[in-house]
Amino acid sequence: MNSDANPIWTLVWTFGLMSLFAVGGANAAIPEMHRIAVDVQHWMTDKQFADVFAISQMSPGPNVLIVTLIGYSVAGVGGALVATLAMCVPTAVLAYYVSRLFARSRTHSRWPAIIQAALVPLSIGLMSASGLILALTSDRTWIAAMVTVAAAVLAFATRLNPLWMLLAGGCLGFAGVI
Amino acid sequence: MPPDSPTAASPAPDIPTSTPPGLIALFVAFAKISLAGFGGVLVWARRAIVDQHRWMTADEFNETYALCHFLPGPNVVNLSVVFGSRFRGIPGGIAAFAGLLGPPMLIVTILAALYAHFGEIDALRRILAGVSCAAVGLLISAVFRMMMPLVKRRDLIGLVVMAAVFTAIGLLRLPLPAVLLVAIPLSIAITFAIRRGVRHEF
Repeated sequence: MNSDANPIWTLVWTFGLMSLFAVGGANAAIPEMHRIAVDVQHWMTDKQFADVFAISQMSPGPNVLIVTLIGYSVAGVGGALVATLAMCVPTAVLAYYVSRLFARSRTHSRWPAIIQAALVPLSIGLMSASGLILALTSDRTWIAAMVTVAAAVLAFATRLNPLWMLLAGGCLGFAGVI
Repeated sequence: MPPDSPTAASPAPDIPTSTPPGLIALFVAFAKISLAGFGGVLVWARRAIVDQHRWMTADEFNETYALCHFLPGPNVVNLSVVFGSRFRGIPGGIAAFAGLLGPPMLIVTILAALYAHFGEIDALRRILAGVSCAAVGLLISAVFRMMMPLVKRRDLIGLVVMAAVFTAIGLLRLPLPAVLLVAIPLSIAITFAIRRGVRHEF
């Protein structure tokens, strides 16, 4: 940790700001989380970041909980709580006010549709970047990369429950294949 | 939409029949939705709100979700607040928010503590390495699924915008706020210009 400030406050402003820029949800903000947690603040290593992503995907609940894990690694239970709230509350307040605005006006403006259409390619671009950055942090060997490709193809082509693929990945890892 | 809207009189099967949920019902419902959802919570949210409790029709749910989707931040978290507050005001929004995040946060915090203690054990390191490889694959397949409509529509401009954001964030590793402050106005301007162009042709 190289910041002079209290790490709790760093978590608050880091994730509070990220909350408002997470177009497309928590998974779209993964490159920014990686940039800040690994490259800028040196809260964790690449390997730890990949681990934290794995744990968040194995846990029940929304994807945003990867932030809880990052917060915990920075400042324990308090960090976990603060990081999660900082990531969720600003946008939740925004959602509350915007939904009230819509419910009251009921205007049939075409702006919401235009904004939505404009944001879709942005969020897909962000998610693609998430995929690349996570693949670079997770896939250290060519066998690991093959597992990623296999899981991607299976998930794309079949309706198999994703938990099976996580389980298979864990077994291959335990067996020392990866 | 208020529950006593005119459509509620018709006997269509997709009309919500139950009374508006109370604070505890909201908390419990969202806690269940959240704990059932591995990877994606949305499916479970739809199942509970529309099919099980009949608190909203499928159309109302889609409308609410569309709104939450174009706002930034975790979509399901936004949905919980918008949904809860529609029935019970701000306390309802807080109850749904707390139900969605509280219980899984507790679980994840316990997992984080276990990882902090045992993360250096070799077997665990190997297992997590394997799981993360598979999890990345799942994320990549989700990205391709989202990309398909753009490809099918031959939405060239959408694909260019997507590639530009991918380059800026994934390859150049530029900060997210800076990229979006340029990309969002640009993308909205392009979309607006195209739609107006299409309209003039007719």
